[in-house]
Amino acid sequence: MSDLRELYQEVIVDHSKNPRNFRKLEEADRTAVGHNPLCGDKLAVYLDVEDGIVKDATFQGAGCAISTASASMMTEAVKGKTIEEAEQMFTQFQEMVTTPSDEEPDTEGLGKLLVFAGVREYPARVKCASLAWHTVHAALKGEVEVSTE
Amino acid sequence: MAVTTLEKPETINTLAYDVEAIRRDFPILSRTVHGKPLVYLDSANTSQKPQVVIDAISNYYESYNSNIHRSTHHLSEVATKAYEDARGKIARFINAPSAKEVVFVRGCTEAINLVANSYARRQLKSGDEIIVSWMEHHSNIVPWQMVCEETGAVLKVVPITDEGLFDMAAYEKLLSPRTKMVSIIHVSNSMGTINPVKKIVEMAHRVGAIALVDGAQAVPHMTVDVQDIGCDFYTFSSHKMVGPTGQGALYGKMDLLKAMPPFMGGGDMIREVTFEKTTYNSVPYKFEAGTPNIADAIGFGAAVDYLTGVGMDRIAAWEHDLLVYGTELLGQIDGLRMIGTAPHKAGVLSFVMAGIHPHDIGTFLDQDGIAVRTGQHCCQPVMDRFEIPATTRASLALYNTRAELDALAVGLRKIQEIFA
Repeated sequence: MSDLRELYQEVIVDHSKNPRNFRKLEEADRTAVGHNPLCGDKLAVYLDVEDGIVKDATFQGAGCAISTASASMMTEAVKGKTIEEAEQMFTQFQEMVTTPSDEEPDTEGLGKLLVFAGVREYPARVKCASLAWHTVHAALKGEVEVSTE
Repeated sequence: MAVTTLEKPETINTLAYDVEAIRRDFPILSRTVHGKPLVYLDSANTSQKPQVVIDAISNYYESYNSNIHRSTHHLSEVATKAYEDARGKIARFINAPSAKEVVFVRGCTEAINLVANSYARRQLKSGDEIIVSWMEHHSNIVPWQMVCEETGAVLKVVPITDEGLFDMAAYEKLLSPRTKMVSIIHVSNSMGTINPVKKIVEMAHRVGAIALVDGAQAVPHMTVDVQDIGCDFYTFSSHKMVGPTGQGALYGKMDLLKAMPPFMGGGDMIREVTFEKTTYNSVPYKFEAGTPNIADAIGFGAAVDYLTGVGMDRIAAWEHDLLVYGTELLGQIDGLRMIGTAPHKAGVLSFVMAGIHPHDIGTFLDQDGIAVRTGQHCCQPVMDRFEIPATTRASLALYNTRAELDALAVGLRKIQEIFA
């Protein structure tokens, strides 16, 4: 088991305390709400998609450090990406946090999001990291609600 | 910051309490988690089991496994006696007038559902009222909502105060001749509040209502006397009182149990079966259809023996001492807010910390070998009442020590440094 401090590194603590793009997006044309019934985490993701490109992404909600930081970094990551690219990141992120420790997932292109790789050592927390991604995935597909259960 | 002024118990004689000897009775307490000694502070969720309980279960399977109430052979006789002896022990433990008034069920949840189905669903009509409180566990809310949906009865909720107290004045106002059922938690699992159930039951009876007390969190921690409380039904689970999972008990007054139809149909709950007419077995057997969970009923009996051996009053005094110590200790941590500050409390330390989510706290404490529960504790209304998403809950049992609470406090301060 790796040191927990490796997971809760500065960048995650920083994003959890000062989440970026933490607001409702008035001009959003796609919105979804994600819910993790295990811990009560709930977050809303707002997207403004024009010509297949995510012009802006924001979120709101209350959650643990991992889920808040993940949502914050997700909004930064998908901004400016095409829908296909954002979906690709969702798939890669999911693989990264669910691949067994002794296997190497393909993380090329995830960049800063690699800080969440350590979460796979803590099965109870995988859903915290992936909630924002499931929610943006739902929003991109035009669904309005998603649950991690 | 709210400061708890806990009531001192009448007698604290914790000197003679050999907690180390008790800890040795629980094999799991000597293990490590993530390389650290296990600090188990999650007994309100489920308690650990002493060797005597584990042995009682394996002994049944090893030496006299057989079905009960059915066969004439020796093993069945031994098993039937052990099963019924366990029922007797449980009845004495809560001072039920008769062992026949104790029905074996899968747990407290099933006990409440049994009453909701076999009593309330049949007796209640549209416009009747059921009273619960804001601090109920979901298992003492949802079955009544289901009854309301089917019968047209209305659910009324007694509010709680900022300290987490049952609001007696509001309860008095809610009571009326329309009140047919009152179902109240004895000890709050999310806050530790000990409710004045004797008074609550008495007031329910005054308007002619039937009263159920959910004792899941009370029975493991204090002497419970159902005759003194005066309730019509009392429900609890074995696994929270050092017994096995999958077992529980429903105490009910004989005249009510007699009048209630069975909950499930099957073997052992019948007297005579023909295709024209079936007559039911007597109480409590008519509520125990099919082969019951024999091994765990016997284990449940062994758990009661164990607790009785230590002494419920001594356990209550020990846990209260720990609660006072823990409340003071955690109260010294900046930014920590206790949820549930009733003066009359059982061993539950439920709290939130400024800027740190309970789920993160739980993960960090786990790395130190400290097991707590984080979340809503099946009490979403309580969380909403205090406008918090969740709490971290350290809950105490007879085997906990001050040193374990020290470890908790050290762990919490460490987490604060990381999030500082």
